[in-house]
Amino acid sequence: MDNVLVWMTFLPLAGMAVILCLPSRAHGLIRWTALAFTVPPLLLGIRLFGEFDRAVTTFQYIVRTPWIPSYNIDFFVGVDGISISMVLLTALLCPICVLASWGIEKGVKGYFALFLLLDTGMMGVFVALDFFLFYIFWEVMLLPMYFLIGIWGGPRREYAAIKFFLYTLFGSVLMLVALLYLYFTPDQPSLDMTQLGALVADRIPLEIQIILWVALFIGFAIKIPAFPFHTWLPDAHVEAPTAVSVILAGVLLKMGTYGILRINFGILPAATLAPVEWLGGLSLATVLLAFIGTINIIYGALCAMAQTDLKKLVAYSSISHMGYVMLGMAAFTPQAINGAVLQMFNHGTITAMLFLLVGVVYDRAHHRDINGFGGLASIVPRYTYVTGFAFFAAMGLPGLSAFISEVLVLLGAWRVYPVFTVIAASAVVLTAGYMLWALQRIYLGPPNEKYRDLPEINTRELMTLAPLAVIVLVLGIYPLLVLDLQSPALIALADKVIAAAPSATHLAALGAGH
Amino acid sequence: MGTLESLPLFLPELALAATLLALVAADLLTSRSPLGRRTDVAATLALVGGAVALVLTIGLPAGVRGQAAGLVPTFLFDGMVALDAFAVFFKVLLGLSLLAAVAMSLGSEELRDNPNPGEYYAILVGATLGMFLMAIATNLLMAYLALEFVSLSSYVLTGYLKRDRRSSEAALKYLIYGGVASGAMIYGMSWIYGLTGAMDYPSIATGLAALDPANRGALAVALLLVLTGLGYKIAVVPFHMWAPDVYTGAPLPVTTFLAVGSKAAGFALMLRFFHFGVTAEGPAAVVGATPVPFLLGIVCAVTMTFGNLAALGQQNVKRLLAYSSISHAGYGLLGVVVFSDAGTEAVLFYLAVYYLMNLGAFWIALLVVNTSGREDLDAFRGLAWRGGAAPAVFMTIFLFSLAGLPPFAGFVGKFKVFWAGIQGGEYVLVLIGALNSVISLYYYARIVKRMFLVEPQKEDRPWRVPLTELGAPATLAALTVLLGIGFEWLSKQAGAASRIFTG
Repeated sequence: MDNVLVWMTFLPLAGMAVILCLPSRAHGLIRWTALAFTVPPLLLGIRLFGEFDRAVTTFQYIVRTPWIPSYNIDFFVGVDGISISMVLLTALLCPICVLASWGIEKGVKGYFALFLLLDTGMMGVFVALDFFLFYIFWEVMLLPMYFLIGIWGGPRREYAAIKFFLYTLFGSVLMLVALLYLYFTPDQPSLDMTQLGALVADRIPLEIQIILWVALFIGFAIKIPAFPFHTWLPDAHVEAPTAVSVILAGVLLKMGTYGILRINFGILPAATLAPVEWLGGLSLATVLLAFIGTINIIYGALCAMAQTDLKKLVAYSSISHMGYVMLGMAAFTPQAINGAVLQMFNHGTITAMLFLLVGVVYDRAHHRDINGFGGLASIVPRYTYVTGFAFFAAMGLPGLSAFISEVLVLLGAWRVYPVFTVIAASAVVLTAGYMLWALQRIYLGPPNEKYRDLPEINTRELMTLAPLAVIVLVLGIYPLLVLDLQSPALIALADKVIAAAPSATHLAALGAGH
Repeated sequence: MGTLESLPLFLPELALAATLLALVAADLLTSRSPLGRRTDVAATLALVGGAVALVLTIGLPAGVRGQAAGLVPTFLFDGMVALDAFAVFFKVLLGLSLLAAVAMSLGSEELRDNPNPGEYYAILVGATLGMFLMAIATNLLMAYLALEFVSLSSYVLTGYLKRDRRSSEAALKYLIYGGVASGAMIYGMSWIYGLTGAMDYPSIATGLAALDPANRGALAVALLLVLTGLGYKIAVVPFHMWAPDVYTGAPLPVTTFLAVGSKAAGFALMLRFFHFGVTAEGPAAVVGATPVPFLLGIVCAVTMTFGNLAALGQQNVKRLLAYSSISHAGYGLLGVVVFSDAGTEAVLFYLAVYYLMNLGAFWIALLVVNTSGREDLDAFRGLAWRGGAAPAVFMTIFLFSLAGLPPFAGFVGKFKVFWAGIQGGEYVLVLIGALNSVISLYYYARIVKRMFLVEPQKEDRPWRVPLTELGAPATLAALTVLLGIGFEWLSKQAGAASRIFTG
């Protein structure tokens, strides 16, 4: 099949098959094979970036063939403005993670085989347009993740791996039940994600739609992870090997918010904005989303501040930053929803840098205690520059990418949720606080004698970080590169949701200017 | 159809009966030969007999198999048994269970010094014959006799390790529970006979449709009593108490045979009894008016939940798999509770994939128990890191498939069962089932964890099992994956087999 998306999704799987046939002692060969099967998807992704038609709001690069005909289930993939940036992000991060995993020595064959399977699963989630296919890819991702954390992780890896596994599975079975309910609603059972919304809109009573919305939301919220389902994340991150943390924070968390956009908003728009009297015509679902998003921002930042483990700090900062995505998604203004998806991309690149940097120092010092370093700036200056850059990017410094997306979210959300927005905006201070404080404790001050001979960051590690740094910088100056891709489809989605809401009350709340 | 006309359509069962006799004769003839030779002869005979029965089953005219138009059952022996697509589906499954049990017995350390191989394999074949009859019985008497036939054979097989206390204890427990359950069952059958004046299912259906509403309470009692016997056979709560002890005490091949074959045969009997005798057109409303479907729903929910919760803390791999198989009976029951075609299809599909994954899991467990000589979960410790990467991967596939994770066949099985449940409006049961698969993941992952996440200790010997012994598990694992990705074919088979109830 001559389709970019099919190649991007299944090349890693082919790579896994090849790796399984290689002798397990041929470590070098296995590593290069893994790279050889993750770089082509990136190149294809760059081609996709160039060829993607930015004017249309519908799906492109569609492939559709019957898969299980008697169940009306198709192999159906395609990409639109909502998923394109996530597809590109996945394609970008995977080869970087393969490079970052170069130092793995234990069970090399298994590691890279599982990693490539994970790659296929992630890419599949973002391109699948049949709900069944989506669900399969969603679950397929769990297995390699369990082993990658459980085998190659830190001391409490067993606990972290099973916790991650159970949490996510709990969410996904709720999704499965909702999926089955939706499946049967049309005359001809269907799981076509592009049509399902229209097929079920008039057939499911609003109350049931809301229940389905919540079931799906819990499934996705666990992945984001939204408060109070976030507790698996710090554990998983702390135990996971560096590359897996990068994937976890860079791509997996986005699946939660992507799922909400694609499935909750796309298939159940009426439930999304069903007005509630006592909320002044706003909908319970979106207020909840905005509320949880705000909690994520504040709570994540406060927790991050309290950490002494650098990786845990970054993990909690992820929770905080994903809060902006939720807040932006809940507002349904063009700026906010664009900001939310841009924030998904930006967080993916920035947090990947942070985790890679944590990995670099952990590989050398074998611990991540923030208070156990000190004065590294004079010992490893190059490493310090890069870290400083990444930390400032995460803080949302103007000129770097996260600033644009956070500002867009806050600007867009202001019209709908002024109170949440004020609280969320004030968290910028907290973010700056924990980031700068950590920087100060690790890099500034008198050099720690223990680490006098700490080796400088090497070329391979710089190669993993450089592309991300360039993207962060470029998008900070010219965000239109990504906004262009996503904006028409996102505004169309927002319009669709607003049009589907059963009353016009919230239109007023949103401001007629929309 | 009369007796003589029926015989040509009864060939698979006749083949098994002939094998049974041949085994007895061969055992007598070779009684002076060395043990190894006697075992070989007996096992070969059993394998050949099973294979012949399978070939005859799928070799029967296409119209009867239900591939083409003829979905209407052909009643043999004046309505005692029926031949239809449903029967063929189960006979294939049960025949394959026999072959698997024989193959596993040959590789089992527990049965290595078995002094009477002829006897053992003869009983195994006999039990299979009974299961075949359970799958095709359309008469209360036939159903009861077939069930008892299987039960009696199973008691003997369970207690086969005479010098093993656990084995004998298990056989005794099995016998006592079984006696009570089958007593209750035949009592219930006598009530049904009293209410409808008929023994064969089609006439019972007619009788029930015309049942005086005042007698519905009696019907409910009768059905519940019959359910006791059936529930015992498929090991659902509260008739499950025997299962953990029997599964732990019996030799592993027998455990597998009971878990896979006996359960499938029980489901076959149950589906036929409830759908054919009870819910065809007229009587559906009658049964629907009794509390039976509701109670069955409760049994289903409790079975899933209890099986999984009890499995959480198990340390013995056989016992863990026993509780797991209890919970799987619960999932299967969900397809029965909805009383629909989709439900029956889902049960059939589920049983087929359950055969693959459960058999596979037991098979790897057998190899591990053989090599380590222990049955606790630590026997799996570090398996992947001491040369056993292949069996560890297979076991992982089977266990995650049992947990219902895609892309394995077990997921499709659950998907279909839940699908039938949602279609039938059993939302609560589906939700309970779905949450249960989260619970089950935990204990399946306990084994996976030991195989991959835990390093081997000094006392764990390296895995040295010839690759040839992994042939069967490898095949099962491949099928588990393939059926998880493309299930159209099996789905169609199950669909064809389930449509005999509505034509």
